[in-house]
Amino acid sequence: MSMIQIENVSKWYGDFQVLTDCSTHVTEGEVVVVCGPSGSGKSTLIRCVNGLEAIQQGRIVVNGTALADPTTNLSKLRAHVGMVFQNFELFPHMSVTDNLTIAQIKVLGRSTAEALARGLAMLDRVGLKAQASKFPGALSGGQQQRVAIARALAMDPICMLFDEPTSALDPEMVNEVLDVMVELATEGMTMMCVTHEMGFARKVADRVIFMDHGRIVEDASKDDFFGTPRAERAQLFLSKILQH
Amino acid sequence: MEEFDWTSIPGALPILADGMLITLEITATAILIGILWGTVLALARLSGNRPLAWLAAAYVNLFRAVPLVMVILWFYLIVPTLLQRWFGVSQSSDIRMISALVAFALFESAYYAEIIRAGVQSVPKGQVDAAFALGMPYHLTMRLVVLPQAFRNMVPLLLTQAIILFQDTSLVYVIGLADFFGAAYKVGDRDGRLVELLLFAGAVYFILCFGASLLVWQLQKKYST
Ligand SMILES: Nc1ncnc2c1ncn2[C@@H]1O[C@H](COP(=O)(O)OP(=O)(O)O)[C@@H](O)[C@H]1O
Ligand SMILES: [Mg+2]
Repeated sequence: MSMIQIENVSKWYGDFQVLTDCSTHVTEGEVVVVCGPSGSGKSTLIRCVNGLEAIQQGRIVVNGTALADPTTNLSKLRAHVGMVFQNFELFPHMSVTDNLTIAQIKVLGRSTAEALARGLAMLDRVGLKAQASKFPGALSGGQQQRVAIARALAMDPICMLFDEPTSALDPEMVNEVLDVMVELATEGMTMMCVTHEMGFARKVADRVIFMDHGRIVEDASKDDFFGTPRAERAQLFLSKILQH
Repeated sequence: MEEFDWTSIPGALPILADGMLITLEITATAILIGILWGTVLALARLSGNRPLAWLAAAYVNLFRAVPLVMVILWFYLIVPTLLQRWFGVSQSSDIRMISALVAFALFESAYYAEIIRAGVQSVPKGQVDAAFALGMPYHLTMRLVVLPQAFRNMVPLLLTQAIILFQDTSLVYVIGLADFFGAAYKVGDRDGRLVELLLFAGAVYFILCFGASLLVWQLQKKYST
């Protein structure tokens, strides 16, 4: 079953067309990696999936719900679509525990005890049980991103969106975050990940999408993408990225 | 030149204390209502709802373009009639105090609205994205994520505004209300010791406001690190 369906999506910022006729899909349990040069529209595309950005043409359907349908409650939909950002975006005025529980309580209506149990279980899962009472500012970047992942997981998401989750991290912290993501992927989580970590893509991706100038120029199985990328830009991009 | 004579001050202290109470009451009410109503105005201006934003902007700009002393007088002239017409409050109730409270609260709201608007805008856009992505609707996002951070950033500015407000309450003399300044003036006039009483009142204002400014300065230092 298709979890995320993106059909002929175009989007403009004023006169500037940021997305041009983008179509792809993510099936349940699938891991899709989105890559491409900076400014190619990757963030915009993934932010359209949970309606953080509006589109002017095309259609996006998540778990059978069309985003543009006037009867769709976007907040309700987003509550079950986890999203992880480049800059973590933990709430700095709340402890790690409150970060993990606030949306469970206020959005899902869970009891404090239930939310706490679920939040701490997720925190344990990303290996940070000991940090529960700290504030985000007291954690390293890698730890903050793992808390952000735990926060999203605590909402029991049906799929997860990642927008360059390791790009803002010091190199020595990249792997602790990727390890969590690999584990998630192998457990069968449906994931759409904007990332340039080709090691991650090789390990767990089912498909790789390559974007350039707001278009999806390559959408291939992992083996095809790394073996024989068709688009010239993708070949060039790959050779550059795989050098380091 | 005559020597200063401070002897009438000890006896005047109860009257001065009553005046200070009125000053503090007006200040506290204006801060409280100013921040609440100011928050509503700020959110209206940022709401993206054109008519609502326009109305809020008109309110803010109107009050910021008119001298406070005139607002106090207007309300003194208008409020009694309105109170009588709408609520049947008799003219004998403390009309001066009520009209002063209303005037200050509405006037200060305009200033607080601008401080709060800047505070909300100082919260990074990514925080709103994160709250939305967790399924929070707009009102929860504001209440739980944006406003707490905005107010934390705004504490020094809000306190500075409160200090200005505390001094501005002395303008209620135009409607004959005996706040701290008014009380000092009255006693001084009565005892023929106006200079001494006003010097004393000035010293009290200075100590309180300068003390509060030091506190703000301390807070600013703490928050900027
Ligand atoms: N809010 C915005 N207003 C105008 N242009 C934007 C906005 N957000 C992004 N863009 C532009 O859209 C293009 C794609 O941005 P983005 O999706 O962030 O790219 P990527 O994530 O691939 O680096 C860039 O040229 C960027 O400058
Ligand atoms: Mg990006």
